[in-house]
Amino acid sequence: MKVLVAIKRVVDYNVKVRVKADQTGVDLANVKMAMNPFCEIAVEEAVRLKEKGVVSEIVVVTVGKKDAQEQLRTALALGADRAILVETEVEAQPLAIAKALKAIADKEGAKLVITGKQAIDGDNNQTGQMLAALMGASQGTFASKVEVAGDSVKVTREIDGGLQTVDLKLPAIVTTDLRLNEPRYASLPNIMKAKKKPLDTVTPADLGVDFTPRTKTLKVEPPADRKAGIKVKTVDELVDKLKNEAKVI
Amino acid sequence: MAILVIAEHDNATVKGATLNTVTAAAKIGGDIHVLVAGAGCGAAAQAAAQIAGVAKVIAVDDAAYANQLPENMSKLIAGLAANYSHVLAPATANGKNFLPRVAALLDVEQISEIQEVVSADTFKRPVYAGNAIATVQSSDKVKVITVRPTGFDAAAATGGSAAVENAGAAGDTGVAKFVGEELAKSDRPELTAAKIVVSGGRGMQNGDNFKLLYALADKLGAGVGASRAAVDAGFVPNDMQVGQTGKVVAPGLYIAVGISGAIQHLAGMKDSKVIVAINKDEEAPIFQVADYGLVADLFAAVPELTGKL
Repeated sequence: MKVLVAIKRVVDYNVKVRVKADQTGVDLANVKMAMNPFCEIAVEEAVRLKEKGVVSEIVVVTVGKKDAQEQLRTALALGADRAILVETEVEAQPLAIAKALKAIADKEGAKLVITGKQAIDGDNNQTGQMLAALMGASQGTFASKVEVAGDSVKVTREIDGGLQTVDLKLPAIVTTDLRLNEPRYASLPNIMKAKKKPLDTVTPADLGVDFTPRTKTLKVEPPADRKAGIKVKTVDELVDKLKNEAKVI
Repeated sequence: MAILVIAEHDNATVKGATLNTVTAAAKIGGDIHVLVAGAGCGAAAQAAAQIAGVAKVIAVDDAAYANQLPENMSKLIAGLAANYSHVLAPATANGKNFLPRVAALLDVEQISEIQEVVSADTFKRPVYAGNAIATVQSSDKVKVITVRPTGFDAAAATGGSAAVENAGAAGDTGVAKFVGEELAKSDRPELTAAKIVVSGGRGMQNGDNFKLLYALADKLGAGVGASRAAVDAGFVPNDMQVGQTGKVVAPGLYIAVGISGAIQHLAGMKDSKVIVAINKDEEAPIFQVADYGLVADLFAAVPELTGKL
């Protein structure tokens, strides 16, 4: 079975981003970029399925600028077999990305698509669900366990207050949550080998997808500032402040 | 045009997040209709009809919606959406699961987790874990939106008297089957609904020590959360996680115990009204957002605090 893994290049999760003074967005100049953490988990899950013999080939795909090749190479070093970059200078929005992924999934005949539940830049949490809708396929979002058996996949999902298990007919889309696995690090030999693995570039036009944004960002502002309060010296003082000043208990 | 709000419910009752979503709908303006799709959901539909400001409840009672699986829910909602200018759902695990699917079926982008309504087509939403707030404008015909419950006050659960109209189901796609659910049993309030939240971090050292927080929480009638560090270390389950990758809470009082205050955690709690931090490291970043900071050993301070309340 072939599995498609969709990843995204984002600002490294340790970076504290700053809003640009002209309010057009966040400042990405000279900021460390990395694979979205949830997408790392998606790659790892696909590699584990291949190691178990469930998956025969892992195709990793991303939509973005040319420099997103870097994250595709990382995925190749982690165990993906080949990579596809849908190259665009436009800031692609989830529906357009889902359409591009559908075109690739159809072409590749992928039965299973794994992707992160959300990217830590736009925080949309949409693409996997949209892809499932466009493919008329089942979906297992926020997955903490994935078991493929024959022509179905059993997915345990993180829901409010606990876990839910669903049995999905393939083709299916799985989006990953934090507890699904702990991603490995790429070894140096594998990083070297990844440089020789195939990486194809296609354009949105090749896939017949219109990337024109439907949602316009009017401005981006820093959140309301929260000022540090005071330090209290004792538990008694804390209780007094909470009761008599803040009046919250 | 009217606005369709998808209710979060358990067939018997309507969940609190629905009330915040109704308030968001009221800010957009227009008749508010609430969809209650479930199996044996008559009581939930009646409860939805009581919500102040709701003009009509559409009840769809069918086995296909017993567990509100997204494959079936999205088909139903997309079928109803043509009559509406906006479709809103709370940004809960459930709403986030089915609503993007609705958007794709309608060929529109979804606007995720709005925290403010600027106008009928313009909204504010947090990006980059809440480190930036984007104002976005949608040009789509139907606006499909998830609502961050903490951004809006709850509508009154009673006082309304909407008509309940039964509507037909849209069929079972048959591609997904519900197997089971394991819900954590707790007498404490649910994190996102709690008025007071007590959270522990890596400083708790192990899961057993969380009993100190449970004792404090029970004294306060509080929910108990944790930082990602505490979850990653295996102290407590993931559904307790507060932060960018976990739950977003904004209670009246948030007590952070042994939590350093990583960006990812702050994103999930910095809209709390009053923040208390207890940490022995006085340089911990959590003190930069705390209204009241206590530099102390939590193993002494927490039991003392519990005793004095």
